[in-house]
Amino acid sequence: MISNLPIYLIALPLFGSAVLLLGGRKTDRWGHIFATLMSAASFGVGAYLLTIMLSKSNSERAITQKLFEWISVGTFKVNAGLLLDQLSICFVLLITGVGTLIHIYSIAYMSHDHDRRRFFAYLNFFIAAMLLLVLGDSYLNLYVGWEGVGLASYLLIGFWNQKPTYATAAKKAFIANRVGDMGLSLAIMIAFATLGTVSFAGVKEHVGQASTGALTAIGIMLLVAATGKSAQFPLQAWLGDAMAGPTPVSALIHAATMVTAGVYLITRSNFIFDAAPTAQLAVAIIGAITLLFGAVIGMAKDDIKKALAASTMSQIGYMILGAGLGPAGYAFAIMHLLTHGFFKAGMFLGAGSVMHGMNDEVNMRRYGGLRKFMPITFATFGLGYLAIIGVPPFAGFYSKDKIIEVAFNTGGIKGITLGSAALLGAAITAFYMTRVVILTFAGAKRWDEKAHPHESPFLMWGPMVLLALGSVSSGFLFTHGDALRNWLAPVVEPVAVHEAEVLSPAIVSILALVLVAIGVGLAIVKYLLSDVPEVAPKDVTVFTRIARRDLLQDQFNEAVFMRPGQALTRGLLTADRSVIDGAVRAIARMAVGSGNILRTTQTGFVRSYAMWIVLGAIGLVAAIWMVTL
Amino acid sequence: MNAANYLYVSALLFTIGAIGVVVRRNAIVVFMCVELMLNAANLSFVTFARINGNLEGQVVAFFTMVVAACEVVVGLAIIVTIYRSRRSASVDDASLLKR
Repeated sequence: MISNLPIYLIALPLFGSAVLLLGGRKTDRWGHIFATLMSAASFGVGAYLLTIMLSKSNSERAITQKLFEWISVGTFKVNAGLLLDQLSICFVLLITGVGTLIHIYSIAYMSHDHDRRRFFAYLNFFIAAMLLLVLGDSYLNLYVGWEGVGLASYLLIGFWNQKPTYATAAKKAFIANRVGDMGLSLAIMIAFATLGTVSFAGVKEHVGQASTGALTAIGIMLLVAATGKSAQFPLQAWLGDAMAGPTPVSALIHAATMVTAGVYLITRSNFIFDAAPTAQLAVAIIGAITLLFGAVIGMAKDDIKKALAASTMSQIGYMILGAGLGPAGYAFAIMHLLTHGFFKAGMFLGAGSVMHGMNDEVNMRRYGGLRKFMPITFATFGLGYLAIIGVPPFAGFYSKDKIIEVAFNTGGIKGITLGSAALLGAAITAFYMTRVVILTFAGAKRWDEKAHPHESPFLMWGPMVLLALGSVSSGFLFTHGDALRNWLAPVVEPVAVHEAEVLSPAIVSILALVLVAIGVGLAIVKYLLSDVPEVAPKDVTVFTRIARRDLLQDQFNEAVFMRPGQALTRGLLTADRSVIDGAVRAIARMAVGSGNILRTTQTGFVRSYAMWIVLGAIGLVAAIWMVTL
Repeated sequence: MNAANYLYVSALLFTIGAIGVVVRRNAIVVFMCVELMLNAANLSFVTFARINGNLEGQVVAFFTMVVAACEVVVGLAIIVTIYRSRRSASVDDASLLKR
């Protein structure tokens, strides 16, 4: 089906961003409301398009829109076009829906910031770029959005760039993302070289012609791209520092939407990964490593936002693992992505609400007993917490258990390893999330007299309540009658044959719940029943110390990439100065030297010049004479 | 009369002119020596025209005269100006271009 509507999804927030950025200070008074309206309007268009899609049969729902012929060079043709199918619409509604809620939240959260207009301009720009990412109908169009969200992320992490550490964090995120972006551009180039096209439909059609090696290469490069954008191992180091941005940014970009772009990319490229089992296995392994990696870091963090960031990393690990399990897992990866978008965004907004009431304190050891002072924040955060640790009937229970179950069902050693990792991750998740909730809302108060904790205004808790409702109900809605799975079926084409069940759903759920209970119990014993010191204890095991330092990821990057890189650039600089500059300078010196020598012949005496002319003429005549004779 | 003799005269005049340019300091004399060299060349042209039996050399000689006339106009003006400013017509005194 062809429609002219999808472009408005992108155009509205882009227009808002342009008005706010070009309008300057004149728009200060109404800019935030305008931006929120643009985002809400985009959501409205998305909802209307959903109703159109719902009125069609499942195989005819995809909406395409051709915009213009973008590149036409020889056989290389790329049309700028949009593709709104069952997968895209999930993202569109998530981005614009959660995005609008976070716009509303930010009106209150950023009300004291004199640069609020610029903040909303960037937020609107992010929404537009993210929508372009999920709506592009070719890898090249996706790439434009991919770079756009990277830029928006950079601008928003460094929003308070008057602090040098924040500016550095923004740069770190940008550079880590560049590594991933290189993977994506290489994947596009390989796809064009082997398949002759870069559109999703074209690649899907021609995927049979390419060799498995080429497809594996494309798959691995796409995985590199996903690890960069989604903060997966080994490019995960930037996400913790990205918490330097304002909390709504952390909620929208670094929890709900942008960091899940990697999952979208892999799910969108399902036809490539299904034809390249090695790349698919690599995806699953990266997901399993990251989900444990993030969970371990989450246990050691005292900064509430960094603990949540580690949790995001871990939860995206689950999604990547799900996407790496093949046709059986795509739908559950997307489902976990959507439920995670609700509960993690809600919890980040909760964390922002706590910080708002506690003079921007982020250290959880300086919180404690806040549930009496912030009942709504506690309730919404608590619902998000129940959702993330997977207590039935909250959202995480449906989505996460399904991924664990599918992991086991892939069978063999692979299935057991991946499934066990996911189960272990669930236990650790329960531990660190319980720790966060207890340290923040329960126990004795540990803040000093200067803090006056209070509930946030309605504009802040309203969105939190809506997101909490989503984290309560979304899991059930998505799984009821396999709703999301059937919805996504035309895009990801799940295998018809039912795979052998290694573990039945009931056993997986019981196992997961037992492990979650153990995790929660340990956290209660450690943090609720015993006193929590206000300063992180120093006499801890070496493992805790390593976990506090993000499992040495920065040290590793510094030792392996940064130092040798600097040595290399220093060497190149020396080579440049001595060899290349040296050659240029030597030529210049020769010119100067020869000039100095020849200068002596310029005496200024007319008669000596005449003498030279006469001698030259005689020499010329002599030369001609010698040649002719 | 043998045409080659004119050429000998021409070579002689040219040499006298060239030596004069190199050796003499007075700008007027140097100038006259230059004229001498030009006219030596003219004599050669006319002689070659005679030897070859066509008019090309004669035509070139006219051109040379025109150029010489222009040169005299410009050159004498310069010499007079230099003389006015320095009270000297010596070409060695006008060596400021070096600096």
